[in-house]
This record gives sequence, C-alpha cells and structure tokens, in this order.
Amino acid sequence: MSREKTHVIPPAERAEPDLSSGKYLVMWQGPQHPGITGNMSLKLVAEGDTVVDCETHVGYLHRGFEKLMEDRLWMQNFPLVCRIAVPEPDFNEYCYAAALEELAGVEIPDKAVWLRTLSLEMIRLASFLMWIGGQAGAFGHGTIAQWSVTMRDYVLDLFEELSGGRIYHMYIIPGGVRSDVPKDFFKHVLETMTIIRKNLDDIELVMFHNVVFKMRAQGLGWIPREWVDEYGITGPNARAAGADRDLRKDPGYLAYPRLDFKSITGTRSDAYGRAEVRLAEMYQSIDLIRQIVDRMPKDGPFREKLPNPLYWKIPAGETYVSAECTRGEYGFYVVSDGSDKPRRVTVRGPSYTHAISLMERLARGVNIADVAGLMVSLHTYPPEIER
Amino acid sequence: MNELAKALAGRYGAGAWHDQRRDLSSVVVDASKIRDALRWLRDEAGYRHLSFATAVDNIERNAFTLTYALRNHETSHALIVHCDVDRENPAVDSIHRLWGQAWTYQREMKEWFGIDFPGSPRVDEEFVLEGWEGPPMMRRDFNARAYSDETYAERPGRATKDPATHMKERLYPEAAE
Repeated sequence: MSREKTHVIPPAERAEPDLSSGKYLVMWQGPQHPGITGNMSLKLVAEGDTVVDCETHVGYLHRGFEKLMEDRLWMQNFPLVCRIAVPEPDFNEYCYAAALEELAGVEIPDKAVWLRTLSLEMIRLASFLMWIGGQAGAFGHGTIAQWSVTMRDYVLDLFEELSGGRIYHMYIIPGGVRSDVPKDFFKHVLETMTIIRKNLDDIELVMFHNVVFKMRAQGLGWIPREWVDEYGITGPNARAAGADRDLRKDPGYLAYPRLDFKSITGTRSDAYGRAEVRLAEMYQSIDLIRQIVDRMPKDGPFREKLPNPLYWKIPAGETYVSAECTRGEYGFYVVSDGSDKPRRVTVRGPSYTHAISLMERLARGVNIADVAGLMVSLHTYPPEIER
Repeated sequence: MNELAKALAGRYGAGAWHDQRRDLSSVVVDASKIRDALRWLRDEAGYRHLSFATAVDNIERNAFTLTYALRNHETSHALIVHCDVDRENPAVDSIHRLWGQAWTYQREMKEWFGIDFPGSPRVDEEFVLEGWEGPPMMRRDFNARAYSDETYAERPGRATKDPATHMKERLYPEAAE
C-alpha cells in the first residue's frame, strides 16, 4: 500500500530553470544583507522580479558545537549550549539541563521549576519583541523596531538583575537555577510588563492597521494546513495554519500545567496571520509572567546539590527533551555512555525545517522585494541549523 | 503503547522497546525495514510529525545508530526509532518522500558521518562544511585537534597558554618563583 503524498515535492524534482537561456537572473541574498535573518544566504533565481527558484545556503556560522560537546565534561558544555540560539539562550539551557537531570535522576526543587518557567517566558517575550521589529522593518516600517528593541532592552535589564548577564544568562543550570531572585525583582518584573503591554497596544495600532503592512503581508507565504505534518512545521507557523499544537500545553512541562492559558491558533496562514498569532502570544506571555509571579513559591531551595562536576558521570542512556520556544519545537537529544562526557548531543531547532525546506518551497512565485518579509515571517535563527 | 510495540514487532520485527518517560519511548528496527516502519508509523499509528533524524557513532560495535524522532500529536507521545548500520560503506533507505524536510537531515548525515542515502535529493552537496576535504567530522575516530594541527599552518602570536599556570604566574608571581 503506497500512501506517499503526491504534493510533497522534494527539491530535486522542482522545475530547474535553464540559466543559459538569458531569461533569468541569479542573485544572492545574504550572508550579509539587511533582509536576511542572521548569517545565512538565499540563492535566488528570478525571472523579471519574481523568484522562480530558491536555495538556502548555510554554514557561515558553523562552529562544531555538537563535536565540541563530545570532548568536554558534562558541565563544561554549559557555556556552549546557550550560544546555539543567540536571542533565546534559555531554551538551550533548559533542554540540556533537563536532559542531564533526567538521565542522572536528579529532582529539582519546586521553586526552581517556577523560576525556570519565568525565565523561559521572559526570553520568549524578548525574542518576539526583536522579531516584530524585524518583521516591520522588512516591510519598510523602521519605527516599530525602535520601539520594540527598547522594550526588549527592558527585559534584558531584568535578566541582568536576575543573572548578571544580558544576552547569555546561564541561569538555568543542572539541579535548578543559579541564584535566588534579588530583592524587589518581582516588583520590577510587573512594572516592566505594564510598560511593555502599553507599547504592544501602540504597535498593534500602528502596524496591524497599516495599509502597507496589510497589502504586503496578506497572502504572502501561505502555508496550507496539510504541510504542517509533511514539512514538520511547528510553533506559530503551524498554529497560524490552524494546527493546535503547543508543547507547553501538550504534553506540558515545568510549571505550565499549573498556569491558565490556551494555545493560540489562527485562521490566516500567511505572513499577516503569523504576525497576528505572535502578537497574541506576546500578550499571552505577559499574562503568564504575571501569573508566575503571583503563584510561585517565594521561599524554599532553588537548587539541588549535585556531585562534583569535574567527576560527574551520567548513567548510560538516551533522552530527548523538547520545549516550545518562540519558533516551535526546540529539543536536545542526549546520549550518554556512562562516562564523564556526552556520547552524542543533537540539537533540534525549528529553523532547520522552516529556513530550508519550507523557505525554498514558499519563495517560489514571490516578488524579490517580499523575500525578506517572508523570511522574517517564518522567524528563523541560523545558528540552530548548523550547531 | 504496548499495543504499538506488539504491532511493530509483528510487522517489522522491531525489538527492544523502552519507555524512557510517560511521553517518550524508543524502539529498534532493522535497517532494511526502516522506511516501511516509518511509513506505517506515520500513516497508521498517528506519528505524523518527524522532529529530527540523526546518527550516533557506536564505534565499539562498528555501527552507526540512526535515530528518527517522531511525535504523535493526538496522544502527545514521542517515539524514537533506531536502526543500526555497518560503519563500513553505510547506506540506508531514503525517507525524503515521507517528509518534506527529511532530505536535509540525510544530507547532513552524509556530510557529517558519511552515511549514504541513495536517491535522496542533493545528498552529495556540501551542507555546512564548505570546501571540506577531511574525513566525515562527526565520526568518533575523527580527532579535530590532530586534524587541525596537521592541516592548518600555525599563525604567529597565537600561542595558547595553560590557564592554570598562566593565572598563577600573573596573579601570584611570588608563588611561581
């Protein structure tokens, strides 16, 4: 019985344009280009100003993380993992720490569970704020970026207060979190959330009702619902296409089962619809942060005692720990052979699918000027592709 | 889940079912049946989402263990399917027609481990290592440090210092003497 779907077109079977015909123009967008997210590049073949073929090229950021990790102690890998997705280091920290704890049989205190959830939601908001500036900028709307990057900086201030670091926090560590909350931290969190929420209202008014944004984003990069499974699409890209999938809800991890929220799905599966879903998730994030501050235990231990990290051997086994990051399913697959170093660590980043297979498919038929907007609407970070 | 284990064992001779967590299990399938097993899991068992595919170099038993991570969103259950291939001339059936993104994982495994997937699109193209001429770099017997020392010339002024000795000399010079 063959149930192979006919509408999955592997790239080898795409229409190969005859480049010697003189009808086409080959151009590279990236690796250094304002319309590309991070250091990757798109090789575009255009006929007139319409893209007929697109190839994603990665490798500009390859630093061999996965190979390096096999040569280092479990704990020595910690400063490495957070560098795999720069704007969202906390998801790497959480997935790696949770995988180690699961293999080593370490239970973390309840307060650490809540602080981890808080840290993940704060970085989700910061990352979305950075994204919305990029999305508006890709359609010639630079003001939004100036507002939203300021708001992101306020969240980074909170991280600095909490962990000492603005970009790489290394706050979530195996056994719990690195430190307790400083004095008045929750007060500052709530004040910042009020400021950001007000700013989001302004962004919504200026961006989502803007005729230029509407005309350029609506209908751009439509993802049919059936592609979600066929291309392994996750996160807001899948939810905007109507797939009700959020790992925070199902299966649920950390303190999320104890919070009140609904998975946000959309009805428009184009760049505009995806932006709407992400905006709604930013409001949701603010609400979740407030709930966490309200419900979390204010006392108790925040870290479990671990063995000496220089001699820490993790029992043999394998596990896969995933979390819902801003772009979708983020996960660490960790294999231990019982020694003091990992046998294999693989990072599953959502950009792997979104920036290569999906982007190559969606770019066909798009105007050259809209490629940047399409790219940003998929919300991709190249470092997690190359690891 | 045990129904699934039985079904996989009956149809594809799968063995070694292991429940790692409530929402994560793993199973081993013979490499010759991996594509059929994955197709059955996708079409009949609800594991429609491919999270990732990768390989682990088990050099001690002269095998690469391929790892396919699937997820069933209805039951919120993730399943890791393993199959072993020999380290000498490894080749596995391609699954690029089952999932639209699978070819990228296969291209990566070809470049990083040297595992071939006959028929997979662009499988021989460079992925992240541009102009790479060395052996597949994720194999356990590839020593990155030795390769680097042999391949690249040393640049003056880039001598590395042992951190412990260096700090001792800088911070506590009297103790070093």
